[in-house]
Amino acid sequence: MKSSFIGRVALVAYLVIFFGYLLGPLFVMSMTAFNSSAFPSISPWACYTYEWFDVLFKDERILNGIRNSVIIGIGTVILSVSMGLAAALVLTQVWPKFRSTYYTIIIAPILIPGVVLGISTLVFWDRVSNFLGPSTEAFLHNGIFLTVLGQSTFIASYAMLVFVARLQRFDPGLTEAALDLGATHTQAFRKILLPFMRPAIASAAVLAFLASFENYNTTTFTFGNYPTLTIELAQKVRYGINPSISALAFIIVMLTIFAALANEAYRRNKQRNEDARLKGVPRKAGRVLPSFLTGNPAAIIFVLLSFVVITMFWTAQSYDPGECKARVLAEKQALAAERIEALRQQRFQQRLEAAHSGVDIFGRSTVDPTVTEAPAAPESNGAFGGVFAPTNLNSTAPAAEPESNPGGAFGGVFAPTNLQGTDGN
Amino acid sequence: MSVGVGVNLENLWIRFGDFVAVRNANVNINGGDFFSFLGPSGCGKTTILRAVSGFLDPSEGRVLIGGNDMAGIGPNKRPTALIFQNLALFPLMKVWENITFSMEVKGASTAERRKRADELLDMIALEGQGDKLPSELSGGQKQRVAIARALCAEPDVLLLDEPLSALDLKLRQHMRTELREIQQRVGITFIYITHDQGEALTMSDNVAVMRAGVIDQIGTGHEVYDRPATPFVASFVGENNVFRGKVHEISGTQALLETNRTGLLRAEITPAAIGKLNVGDDAMMFVRPEALAPVGATVPEDKTVIPATVLNEEFEGNSYSVFLEGAGGKEIKMSLPNLGQDPEASKGSELSLTYDARNAVVMPAGELASE
Ligand SMILES: Nc1ncnc2c1ncn2[C@@H]1O[C@H](COP(=O)(O)OP(=O)(O)OP(=O)(O)O)[C@@H](O)[C@H]1O
Ligand SMILES: [Mg+2]
Repeated sequence: MKSSFIGRVALVAYLVIFFGYLLGPLFVMSMTAFNSSAFPSISPWACYTYEWFDVLFKDERILNGIRNSVIIGIGTVILSVSMGLAAALVLTQVWPKFRSTYYTIIIAPILIPGVVLGISTLVFWDRVSNFLGPSTEAFLHNGIFLTVLGQSTFIASYAMLVFVARLQRFDPGLTEAALDLGATHTQAFRKILLPFMRPAIASAAVLAFLASFENYNTTTFTFGNYPTLTIELAQKVRYGINPSISALAFIIVMLTIFAALANEAYRRNKQRNEDARLKGVPRKAGRVLPSFLTGNPAAIIFVLLSFVVITMFWTAQSYDPGECKARVLAEKQALAAERIEALRQQRFQQRLEAAHSGVDIFGRSTVDPTVTEAPAAPESNGAFGGVFAPTNLNSTAPAAEPESNPGGAFGGVFAPTNLQGTDGN
Repeated sequence: MSVGVGVNLENLWIRFGDFVAVRNANVNINGGDFFSFLGPSGCGKTTILRAVSGFLDPSEGRVLIGGNDMAGIGPNKRPTALIFQNLALFPLMKVWENITFSMEVKGASTAERRKRADELLDMIALEGQGDKLPSELSGGQKQRVAIARALCAEPDVLLLDEPLSALDLKLRQHMRTELREIQQRVGITFIYITHDQGEALTMSDNVAVMRAGVIDQIGTGHEVYDRPATPFVASFVGENNVFRGKVHEISGTQALLETNRTGLLRAEITPAAIGKLNVGDDAMMFVRPEALAPVGATVPEDKTVIPATVLNEEFEGNSYSVFLEGAGGKEIKMSLPNLGQDPEASKGSELSLTYDARNAVVMPAGELASE
């Protein structure tokens, strides 16, 4: 009794820690997308805002990166799924003695570092275009072409592993049966083997797309004039980031969740229809819910989550965090003024002490200019508070969102704005 | 009779590397026949069938269907349809799609296919089940779908590879008669593979008995059962008591065997061995359990007598199996019909057994079926 209780507690604790570790960062990052603070953070929560989504959708480089990533992803899916399927089929046909060698050769690209694959793709196709003459250069030096080829070298191997696993459960007798019934080899392939492989093709395609979408190592050598999203993000991080990245992360996370839920809901619905069909009774709608939703938690969550998202969209149209931001701004300015005041007091104290202790002229003269100068500037700033600050803000970060700079109150003092300032330059 | 398309195997050899799976098979199957290949597991039955359907090329020899050499003609071009040992129904297709697959690949319309499927489903007594998946059918139903699928292709020759082996006894017996009926209705040649002799004997016009790649005998069920050509066939098909010994005397179609333990026994020389058996040769004599009977008070003069003690007795419904011990510990089995009374042979009693020499066969000694 007791040990099973302890075991359960341990299990729950383990699950909490595990999921926290797994999903915590994603959750936190998603939250930061809604904080108006200019640096992705949640702990000094400023204002709830959708402005980073605006920033995101106005960022040409990110959008362009997404476009390139999608194009390259689709190319990679087509190329690596067909290469992987062909490789897997050959594996089942090849002479048994040669099979393990063939297998090793085919999966080798998985073991080779992506960097090496990137460089070698670049070098190899450069040679090829040299060999074929300059007329092919436009095509063979094209970033999309090279990236698709480079990524497919190893993604095709992943796809092949998926196909091999599925093929092992295929009964070759089925192909024989089809042939025996008069099908040509092509028909047997199309009507028997391909439908059997369809789930594997779907999962290999998803896998290939995701692997391509997130790839950096190989792409970094081959992208040419077509930087992908990962390349763009990496370049952005180098110059400092803002929460529009979080907004992107949030969108991706939501898409993933929706896809998973939709898939699960569909599967369950199909399963239940099947069960109902076998029992010969039509599915009844529940008392409250339509039949699609009865006994299908995934579908229910899907619908609820859709409502949440739609509501968010809807409120985003009318929601204006301006008031809050103004308040936060005021608070921050007050805080800054307070600090400056404290600082001035401190300096003043120091000066007094220095005067009292009778420090020599040399020592005093070093302290003096700083002390006299420092209070001077903040004093005016603090004094003119509301009037002075906005102008100040605009001048520090003109390229970034002018109306979205509550953090700017800290002016040149604090790091985030510093970052943003550089970003704007 | 011979309206259908015949199949001939001429000097057929099939090798897998060094292993000989089929050794010089010569078989003539008449059109419209129900022909069975009977043999123990691994003797090469499936291999022969695959050669006929075109999945295997003979190493030597020829396969003729309807008199045409099939060399170089693929399985999808041959007028055969094979019912696989594991049925090989297409798991992702509905029953009606399975059945009409052969029409689909020829480009038949869905309406045509539906119509034909309904006809065939009626024939196999599965009306209204066309929209199920194969996984939703029972073993016997799958069986019938496989048959319908093969028949839908309108083959000249239907090849069946142990199609009933996965079914329970009752269903198997039912399907046997059903298959036989279907065959008589459609009138095409059936080549049937089984390791169950009961199946082969009840259904077939002719049976080929195989042993390790060699065809030992081809004949009607009666011939194979009553006049086995080799000791293997005698011991594989049905039950038999075997007595070993040397030929003592030959008189016409009968021979007298000097057995090792049981004395002199007389038997008919099996037709395949006539002229091959000489006095002094090692020989084997086979007598069926049901051909043995205990003698009454008077022993008929011209009949041999085998003295034996009853060891055990098993009740089998329509008959009793009586296990006896003859001279020198020789095991003998006798089968007595159950006539509603207690059998005369009770445990421990001493009996004299006798048989009609015309119901026993003698042949040169050879390999027995190991059981
Ligand atoms: N592709 C192959 N490669 C090598 N040996 C094979 C191959 N196919 C069959 N054999 C061998 O040929 C022999 C005959 O096989 P076959 O499948 O014809 O047996 P079978 O009579 O149908 O037996 P069962 O009643 O068990 O189905 C077996 O010993 C088997 O091991
Ligand atoms: Mg077999």
